[in-house]
Amino acid sequence: MSDPRIAGAGVTHFGKHPERTGRDLFAEAGLKALASAGIDPDDAEALYYGNFMGELAEHQGHQGPLMAEAIGLDVPATRVEAACASAGTAVREAVKTIRNGEAEVVVVGGAERMTNIGTAAATDALAIAADDLYEVRAGMTFPGAYALMARSYFDQYGGSHEDLAHIAVKNHEHALVNEHAQIQKEITVEDAIEAPTIADPLGLYDSCPITDGAAAAVLTTESYAEEHDLDASVAITGTGQGGDNLALQDRPHLAQTPAADKAAEEAYGDAGVGPDDVDFAEVHDCFTIAEVFAIESLGFYERGEGIAAARNGETTRDGNLPVNLSGGLKAKGHPVGATGVAQLATVAWLLDGSHPRADAVPDSTVGVAHNAGGTVASTTVHVMEVKND
Amino acid sequence: MTESAQDGEYDAWLDSIESDEGYFLECSNGHGWLPPRRVCPRCHDQDLSQIDLPESGEIASHTTITVPTPQFEDDAPYVTAIVDFGPVSVTGLVRDVDPDDVAIGDVVGIDVGERVTTGERAVVFRPR
Repeated sequence: MSDPRIAGAGVTHFGKHPERTGRDLFAEAGLKALASAGIDPDDAEALYYGNFMGELAEHQGHQGPLMAEAIGLDVPATRVEAACASAGTAVREAVKTIRNGEAEVVVVGGAERMTNIGTAAATDALAIAADDLYEVRAGMTFPGAYALMARSYFDQYGGSHEDLAHIAVKNHEHALVNEHAQIQKEITVEDAIEAPTIADPLGLYDSCPITDGAAAAVLTTESYAEEHDLDASVAITGTGQGGDNLALQDRPHLAQTPAADKAAEEAYGDAGVGPDDVDFAEVHDCFTIAEVFAIESLGFYERGEGIAAARNGETTRDGNLPVNLSGGLKAKGHPVGATGVAQLATVAWLLDGSHPRADAVPDSTVGVAHNAGGTVASTTVHVMEVKND
Repeated sequence: MTESAQDGEYDAWLDSIESDEGYFLECSNGHGWLPPRRVCPRCHDQDLSQIDLPESGEIASHTTITVPTPQFEDDAPYVTAIVDFGPVSVTGLVRDVDPDDVAIGDVVGIDVGERVTTGERAVVFRPR
């Protein structure tokens, strides 16, 4: 069994590009990935593609073959949908395909066009990742769902909106040098606390923006990389996925994300590493509180202790365990179906030294990507390591 | 959804709440769920019994939503809460109380109300 190597990756600018079609966004990212991999496109054998709201935003289903065509490939192409974890789940399918020996070169990616339909319609489209009968019809929005989880966390473990503000400040600061990021703007704790409320206790700066964008990566086997003299030093050594009840009301705890616990345990076991071995992480901070759940589920913090990590400077770029050096979803942006692959690309670039924030993690060898769907009813975790052979 | 068919067991459950005969489904191991369910997702038990929903429950968490979806545009700001009825929890809209006064642990009763924007039915909670 060969751990897939990341031969190349590409992302578009994440931001407001309402006039750009999904197929054009993905073509840019996919062609960048293929070019950076230096692989003959004829060698690609499959495409796994993440997308969540294509039917609602572009009236476009059946996007797999459309996106393969957009990057010039004639391969079996499969769209994977797991809400905001669509691309992470696509990565997992690509990893399994390569490990199973069914393909030597696989393209994985994702795209989302969101701003063309406006904030209200995008909020509506995002809400369908929740339980329609029992949550959406009770007025649940995604900020609303995470607000319920945040209030429960504060009630059970303590913490405050000010703690969450430090997470927003950190991720905005991290994004300042990321030219792909939607928001490159420094903010203060006061800015975040005083921002308009969306769903209390969460405000505007607790929430990631609505984003258009795409990401792609080319995965290959160790032997293919050697034969073709590819620069592919980063391997995906662990993959994990966990699930949970779709509706929050059906879960025993509102302030824990067991799907992510399960995904992390599986991915760590697969890679043969533990939380202490991880040098940095890209996690799914669709809302500031989501970063807290992520770093607790990934085993970096005990329950109830992740809330203070950013405030204490432990997850900042000069901290012991930098989290979301890209700016995270919060500042980099969150084109839903692309996010999991954008995280993969970020971790690979941080490990190989080519990311603008790589100076924060020199000599790092292990990075983790955590991609969550809905209120963490789907989660993937991928462990990536530098291989110097 | 005004011209579409009803949602089977869900609308029947709303009817039961509306007529003060609310229920939930419970497996042999005491796990509670709302319909439709054919199997307990926690223990695989398919022997689900219809149990009377307690008259009141406690707010487990709540939020005042100020940025709604278009279907709740005229409802906003509104309070959405998850209420713990023991073996089962239910999500709904909290009515008849100032949003600033809603707190975890508050005791509420369940009813069916109308959404302001669309007039569609929704689960509502009121202080007891």
